Amino acid sequence: MAGLNRAGLNRAGLNRTAPNRTGIAPRPVTTGVILGVVGLVFLIPIASMIEFTLRGVGGGYDGSHWAALVDPANAGKYAPIWRGLQGSLVLSLTTVAIVLFLLAPTMILVTLRFPALRRPLEFLCLLPLSIPAIVLVVGLSPIYLTIGRSVGTGVWTLAFAYGVTVLPYAYRAIQANLDAIDVRTLTEAARSLGAGWGSVLLTVLAPNLRVGLLSASLISVAVVLGEFTIASLLNRQNLQTALFVVNKQDPYVAVILALLALLFAFLLLLAIGRVGTAAALRRTTPKKDPT
Amino acid sequence: MATAVHERVGVVDSGRRRRRAPAPAALGLLPFGVYIAVFLALPTGIALASGLFTADGAFTFENLGALGDPVILSAFGNSIWLSFLTAIIGAVVGAALSYAMLGFPEGGRARAIVDAASGVLAQFGGVMLAFAFIATIGLQGVVTLLLRDGFGIDIFADGAWIYELPGLVLPYVYFQVPLMVITFLPALAGIKPQWMEAVLTLGGTPGAFWRRVGIPVLAPSFLASFLLLVANAFSSYATAAALSSQGSSIVPLQIRTALTSETVLGRENVAGVLALGMIVIMAVVMTAYALVQRRAARWQA
Repeated sequence: MAGLNRAGLNRAGLNRTAPNRTGIAPRPVTTGVILGVVGLVFLIPIASMIEFTLRGVGGGYDGSHWAALVDPANAGKYAPIWRGLQGSLVLSLTTVAIVLFLLAPTMILVTLRFPALRRPLEFLCLLPLSIPAIVLVVGLSPIYLTIGRSVGTGVWTLAFAYGVTVLPYAYRAIQANLDAIDVRTLTEAARSLGAGWGSVLLTVLAPNLRVGLLSASLISVAVVLGEFTIASLLNRQNLQTALFVVNKQDPYVAVILALLALLFAFLLLLAIGRVGTAAALRRTTPKKDPT
Repeated sequence: MATAVHERVGVVDSGRRRRRAPAPAALGLLPFGVYIAVFLALPTGIALASGLFTADGAFTFENLGALGDPVILSAFGNSIWLSFLTAIIGAVVGAALSYAMLGFPEGGRARAIVDAASGVLAQFGGVMLAFAFIATIGLQGVVTLLLRDGFGIDIFADGAWIYELPGLVLPYVYFQVPLMVITFLPALAGIKPQWMEAVLTLGGTPGAFWRRVGIPVLAPSFLASFLLLVANAFSSYATAAALSSQGSSIVPLQIRTALTSETVLGRENVAGVLALGMIVIMAVVMTAYALVQRRAARWQA
């Protein structure tokens, strides 16, 4: 998308580093051609979305569809979107809570006390990649009938299912950080200085794992905000199901919100990338390339 | 399980303070274990098994007959065909894009932007990608109108194919290429410049390097990424659901129909049978992926 095009402007950086990677890196002109062609093709749908939202009611272009979104007169019409967005935000928070307070402590515990369980845990956590969400829904629907009867049909209950969906992404982010620090030595040092397990977790391990925990949380938010399959087939309202419904009455507003959601997810992932790179740069000594 | 762990750790640890620890430590695994059992193992088990039972709860293989139904067979055929086609296109274009990205320093801004954009399009697009393609090549789409008014070409002369199976190809390629970049770029970046220098020092050409070293080393990674793309397209639902709200040309859409209507094809538990079929195919693809990936991992530090 926009990124691919902006990458093309970075040619100065390319020339500077070309001598370092003799031979394997493509020539600047090859890079330019591939990036230019693929980037252009990939920009067309995004540009089309923008063009679509700017179409005026009687032909020509104006910002009327964007204005309509915030017009109080349309509050009733767009109410499902705000409800859906609210649902998705609640789900993001609860899913992040599952990652931080259920997955992360279990991974630390396995690293410290049950190293033999590392491979089985990894297998379990990556398993959801092999089970399509649509298949999971078939098994989840009777479970959610029971949950609906006992806990209620609140949208937040979906977080249990989403916790499983984000498992592979969150696991990888946290595990990469666990591999980079010496959990055992840190823990033993803290313990021998008299720290209890609570303060070991909160004041020693959590700060050292902040990059992994932050990445895991951000990527979970991105997954939850984009989730449609499970919510739609279990009849819960989140952002994506609301977009799907509103699209039938007012496609312009649905496209505007889709654009904004894509942009938000892009910024989230960019933040993850920056956080990760910052940590990597701090570990390897001199800062070679500030770009 | 708790007692087994207790005994094993108890033998190793001799300190008095730590001897009491194992039981609570194993208990610490319990919450996550219960969570996984209820929300991963149980739904997967239900999805696998529900096709094998009648509505009264009696065990039967009769429902599996649905897999022989022409409609279901063609849905599986369409799904597999769509997955392979878009995976091949995605793998080739994605590999070219990854190669171009080698021109930028690792950890640099260009890589970060492409990484983030790839992540969004590959993993979180879903419904929104369907909107993007309706805005592009829908009946009122930008490209559709441009071709019609500017060049007199009506891309929908033979009917509104965007809402049918062929309409899925472009949106699927749109999320397959970024996924290829995510999975294949790390392998490509693992090629050491020293290998090229070694080949050149020994009198080889860059072409010889790619033929004899580069491509053989990358082949397993390429194949593994391709299989991941196949699995990705095969299990994808949201984009197809948003594009075609009526039809059920591929298996995930057949499952939607089966879940939202009581009886399909006059059979019971068709959703379960379809889920079983999907899991079997996914298991084959992902097992092949794991085997190839193990070989590919040899060259990755």
